[in-house]
Amino acid sequence: MSSRPPRTGARLRAGAAPYLFLSPAIALFVAFFAVPIGYTLYLSTRRMKVSGLGLGKGSRREISVGFDNYRATLTDHEFWAGWLRVLGYGLVVLVIMLGLAILFALLLDSAHVRLARFSRIAIFLPYAVPGVVASLLWGFLYLPSLSPIHAVLRAAGLHVNLFDPDVVMFSMANVAIWGGTGFNMLVLYTHLRAISREYYEAARIDGASEFQIAMRIKLPLLVPSLILTTVFSVIATSQVFTEPMTLRPISNTISSTWSPLMKVYRDAFTTGDLYSAAATSIVIAAISLVLSFGFLRVVRKRAFSEES
Amino acid sequence: MRRRFGLTPTALLLLGAVYSLLPVTWVVVAATKSRAELFSSNAFRPGSGFFGNLTELNAYRDGIFWHWMGNTALYAGAGALLSTLVSAVSGYTLAKYRFRGRNLIFNMLIGGILVPSVVLAIPQYLLLSKIGLANTYWSVLLPGILHPYSIYLARVYAGAAIPDTMLEAARIDGAGETRTLRQIALPMMVPGLVTIFLFQFVAIWNNFLLPFIMLADDQKFPLTVGLYTLLATGANQPSLYTLVITGALLSILPLIALFLTMQRYWRTDLSGGAVKG
Repeated sequence: MSSRPPRTGARLRAGAAPYLFLSPAIALFVAFFAVPIGYTLYLSTRRMKVSGLGLGKGSRREISVGFDNYRATLTDHEFWAGWLRVLGYGLVVLVIMLGLAILFALLLDSAHVRLARFSRIAIFLPYAVPGVVASLLWGFLYLPSLSPIHAVLRAAGLHVNLFDPDVVMFSMANVAIWGGTGFNMLVLYTHLRAISREYYEAARIDGASEFQIAMRIKLPLLVPSLILTTVFSVIATSQVFTEPMTLRPISNTISSTWSPLMKVYRDAFTTGDLYSAAATSIVIAAISLVLSFGFLRVVRKRAFSEES
Repeated sequence: MRRRFGLTPTALLLLGAVYSLLPVTWVVVAATKSRAELFSSNAFRPGSGFFGNLTELNAYRDGIFWHWMGNTALYAGAGALLSTLVSAVSGYTLAKYRFRGRNLIFNMLIGGILVPSVVLAIPQYLLLSKIGLANTYWSVLLPGILHPYSIYLARVYAGAAIPDTMLEAARIDGAGETRTLRQIALPMMVPGLVTIFLFQFVAIWNNFLLPFIMLADDQKFPLTVGLYTLLATGANQPSLYTLVITGALLSILPLIALFLTMQRYWRTDLSGGAVKG
């Protein structure tokens, strides 16, 4: 103790300590978030200009093109067709996945269920399966030559090709629903467990049924978690990439620009046009932010109008 | 309290469980089938080819599959460890210190949640290739360390699990800030950090986009990218299907094991403080 100046020294070190402790996070943020975002914005306003035959030094140089790349992206028919596909796919995924997650969470919480632990673990299990492997497994299950699903469908008198252009969207949505329901269920279930049981006791004394308690008490209390899970799901589905990418080798009905993100990948690495890839990825980011903030706004308005 | 046994709720949940287990059960059975059995026999009747498939997978390109498994373990293990450490220190600092710029830094770090990974992955690749780090282990490890949501969770957990009085006592006893962090704060945060570690571990283990963009050399691939390329090359050769199926099964076993043994740490809410059993 005596060897160091006690008060001022300690205070000085405490003063610098928080910045010191946060420096790794800040350095990583700058290197892997701020600089890449800035670089994407920069690239999105540039283009490679090729003069002459494009041979030799100096014949290719980068020039500034303002918003040209954005204009090209925004007027690209295939880009919007991709969004349309993803919108349909996203609606199916969001409604069914979150619907199932809410249903399972409420059932698990209802106390009248046998084998609840087994079901909870089983439904959460797909979370441990990578998207690539999930797509691969379902992809094989969709193949007529391998699939027990086809055997069942045939027995029911249905002849469906699960890779048919009109059906493939649902086949893909199924992969995402299968992979995502368990995690969302766990978020909602955790929230339900944290709610005081006294609410339900009071309602029971008033003669409310389990179903009424679930609909009138539990569901409204779940709203904050539901908003969170919806926003995360919207962001994730608007950037769908892994599932269509993995199903592509098995099926020829999925184009290389099926989803907007696949188009970015193709532009950047197959076509080699980094500049339009940058502009497109900024547009995708903007759209997914608008979608999630738009959803938040709608939700907030709804909540206010119910209050008044 | 009435505790009737509800047939419908139980049946609905079991239906969900069957749906969730269906593809996993299928791959377990399919991995036991030889090539001929795969296309001819009943989908859920075990075959006789498991060890044959395993030998074939071992032999495939000098056992590259096990390389991928090792790479994935390295990316997920080291990545999640570093990520948890950074999140823990940042979360603790943001929860327990009052200093100028605290809210600004917190909001900036948390804002990262909203940035879609696509906006980051391609420029990260371009920037890393400029400094010669693309197509290295670092290119997959480094971008994943900063994880905004983990910092948020660590902050919430530090706020709930570490009483201010403990920190004051440590300071009065003459412990420096670093020592307080190492010997008091971090040990108290361990249960929450295990949860953060597990979620990060799974996220990195399952990641496809980042390594897919960063890596060209298949010796550095993680399982996800390796299996994808195996599928892409094998799509027209059903003879490779058995390899893909066996590989898919082996790739999910470690995570399922981790998942079942660490049951009590899989929580999505850390504000409660201690982990319930």
